[in-house]
Amino acid sequence: MPTLTINGRSLSVDAANDTPLLWAIREQLQMTGTKFGCGAGLCGACTVHVNGEAVRSCQTMLSDVAGKKITTIEGLSAKGDHPLQKAWIAEQVPQCGYCQSGQIMQAASLLAKNPNPTKEEVVAHMDGNLCRCMTYSRIQKAIMRAASEMRTASATSSERRPT
Amino acid sequence: MNEHVKKLTPETTDLSRRSFLVGTAATGLVLGYAGVPGIESAAAAPANFEPSVWYAIAPDGLVTVTCGKADMGQHIASTMAQIVCEELGAKWSDMRVALASNDPKFNDPVLGAQITGGSWSTMMNFEAMSRAGAAGRIALTEGAAAAMGVPASELVVRDSMIVHPKSKKQMSFADVVKSGKATKTFTPDELKAIKLKSPDQYTMIGVSVPQLDIPSKTNGTAKYGIDVMLPGMAYGALVTPPVRFGATVKSVDDSAAKKVSGFIKAVTLDDKTGTTSGWVVAVASTYANAKKAAQALKIAYDAGPNAKVSSESLLDEAKRLQKLDDSGQFFVKDGDPNAAFGSAAKVVEAEYTTSINIHAPLEPMNATAEFKGDILHIYSGNQFATRSGAIAAGAAGIDPKFVVMHQMWLGGGFGRRLDADMMIPAVQAAKAVGKPVKVIYSRENDMTMDFSRPLTYQKVKAGVDGDGKLIAISHDVVSAWPTARWGIPDFLTPSVDKKGPLDSFTVNGADFFYTVPNHYVRAIKNELAHNATPSGQLRSVAPGWTFWAVESMIDEIAAATGKDPAQFRISLLDGAGKNDGGAQRLRNTLLAAMGLSGYGTKQLPKGEGMGVACVSSQERATASWTACVAHVAVAPSGEVTVKKLTVATDVGTQVHPDNVRAQVEGAALWGLSLAMYEKATLKDGGIEQTNFDGYTPLRMSQTPEVAIAVIANGEKATGVGEPAVTVVAPAIGNAIFNASGARVRALPITAEAVKASMKA
Repeated sequence: MPTLTINGRSLSVDAANDTPLLWAIREQLQMTGTKFGCGAGLCGACTVHVNGEAVRSCQTMLSDVAGKKITTIEGLSAKGDHPLQKAWIAEQVPQCGYCQSGQIMQAASLLAKNPNPTKEEVVAHMDGNLCRCMTYSRIQKAIMRAASEMRTASATSSERRPT
Repeated sequence: MNEHVKKLTPETTDLSRRSFLVGTAATGLVLGYAGVPGIESAAAAPANFEPSVWYAIAPDGLVTVTCGKADMGQHIASTMAQIVCEELGAKWSDMRVALASNDPKFNDPVLGAQITGGSWSTMMNFEAMSRAGAAGRIALTEGAAAAMGVPASELVVRDSMIVHPKSKKQMSFADVVKSGKATKTFTPDELKAIKLKSPDQYTMIGVSVPQLDIPSKTNGTAKYGIDVMLPGMAYGALVTPPVRFGATVKSVDDSAAKKVSGFIKAVTLDDKTGTTSGWVVAVASTYANAKKAAQALKIAYDAGPNAKVSSESLLDEAKRLQKLDDSGQFFVKDGDPNAAFGSAAKVVEAEYTTSINIHAPLEPMNATAEFKGDILHIYSGNQFATRSGAIAAGAAGIDPKFVVMHQMWLGGGFGRRLDADMMIPAVQAAKAVGKPVKVIYSRENDMTMDFSRPLTYQKVKAGVDGDGKLIAISHDVVSAWPTARWGIPDFLTPSVDKKGPLDSFTVNGADFFYTVPNHYVRAIKNELAHNATPSGQLRSVAPGWTFWAVESMIDEIAAATGKDPAQFRISLLDGAGKNDGGAQRLRNTLLAAMGLSGYGTKQLPKGEGMGVACVSSQERATASWTACVAHVAVAPSGEVTVKKLTVATDVGTQVHPDNVRAQVEGAALWGLSLAMYEKATLKDGGIEQTNFDGYTPLRMSQTPEVAIAVIANGEKATGVGEPAVTVVAPAIGNAIFNASGARVRALPITAEAVKASMKA
């Protein structure tokens, strides 16, 4: 029985090693924030982090993630208050909302590495994530807002750091 | 005119269906909806105040509005709460929403059924929700007056507080509900007599309050149909045949599937509703196992009568039908275009086509079915609970009154979830294995079995007199008939020539607001397409193709007569006769779009151009006046870059300005996606595109700037989910002509077609 390290917990799942991570997360662990969209890595709805990298969980088998740290939308922040989640609310991004877990996880992997992305970098990083409601402009705005708030927060915290 | 639209007039609105008579004796809460945790225990606590079926106020003061419309991202649940909140006088942070079951008490007050589409929801529910809110306020105020011992007329209601300014006494809504003094009831006549606020008194309508559903859509907690988990349930994966419709299963060999761990059973559907054909469900303990089992099934099909049908043969058949004089039925028959063509100085003729298009909401179709005692419970996000419940009953072989539909958030709808096909595998699999079953379509199932926007062929002929005046249009529309499939007479429209009902959801929009004295519109059913590609209502439905033809043709006539296409439209929008009112609003909207885009104010670089279009989507009786100016650049290769879309729309009254903009932007980008990027094709009876590699909706990198002007002039609220879809393709086509002289008449627009037309 494979064991997953997911959102800081160690959980064993009753599934074969060739089961897509997506279905183990959704069905065995009943974390349904990660969505099934295409089953082929073409839409991004199933995006989660594996060791901090955004991956498509529909294309990732349980055997691929042994011993690795998995983060889903449920584990992105303790109270749904990651700067991106707050920015998503501030910009009123979601319409149907179905793709948005994947969008947020994809965006989070960008901001973790690049705190000050250009619009072009955002588009390049996000282009694999479909939004059928076409909320793209709000997604862009929310990412820029979150990036700016994260930079401000980190500047503030470094100012406060004792020298 | 359609029956369902006729019922828009307030006189015929059936207010007697509302049960405003309940005071404090609340136990039932929202009947049949088990999706709210703890709802039963809440009912046992101090009584709620339920002044109407549409909402209840709990003793803690929280107001839960039950939304009878499907929420597919248009935030209609939040909008209904906002309309109630305005008249009730509640604080926005006290408002909550729940999704209605298929109990008929939650039927749309105008439509008399639970159906969500047509951009109808706000316009048709605005008054009912306003009156429900006002009735609650009056009842609470009278209760508070009795409790405080002051005259009700001296009380002021704001932010869930009822205040007596003279004595400084006050009670919260929660206090009044707990006191049990809110007991006033309303007869339908009393309800009708309530004086509603005038727009200048609004404090909520017109304010972009935070949408109630959005936080749950940023943290993974919003529950869609696909997220439903029931104790002991199994999972179903579909196997669908290679042809879209008409195949039958000859045999199923499950010997290899039996070796898949967790496999339970292969169920061949016996669909007496005629919705599906040749489907098999592999049921297993998990979805992953069900998928493996589905892949292991060996199924032999009789491919049926449509196995040779292709996009080409559908188009050939459409052209053949259009040429026949006795084809179809008349939707518009004004004057005599054929006589007018004889005397016209110039006649312009053109053919316009649109491809098959697929809804592809990001949440694939799914449904969960559970038989519990006599009741069949269905969990699914659905736009047409009334009909879908009946289809589920049909699949189960039971009376529809024993079906409870549990509404979920919809991971996109766009018209796809008006259909009920997903009920059938879930119901029959659950019945066959004796457990609850959740059936999830693969993306491949979802795309190849879509109730698609039909392939359309339109022939338009226009006549201009010696003064350059447009005197005649004859317009034939040939397509599958999506709404005729429903078998509901009220959704069909009597033909002008009394040849029986026609599907106006194939011709709406062709009855435009231009003044053209001789005007024919003929609706022609492409029976071959109707059978081989059962079609559905895709966001904006007919106006998505009729305005492609009309607004391209108007441009072609302007070009043929040497006129500016925008000025030519303005001259046709003179408001004569039946067009009075609407034509002027459309003209003003066009002017707003021209102004915002800078149309005609500057010389554009070589290879760039602007095109205009203006539409009265969705239907004449329910129009949101919408205009677009598209700015494009056309490369010598024919490659088109859409640089900017400017959309203006007159929506009368906007409940939530930010949401109106979100919907208009999403709709306009759908219009762009359909115009440039989305094409499905039929070959050997089957849809060739199976996933997002072959069928390619707009992505972020393809998204241009969209500038939006919303005109809220105080008229009644109209819809915003669809109209902007319909205006974009013709604006782009016209901009391409303006930029390059190339005229494209087929959607989606390809570089090859543009280049070919440039050479011609």
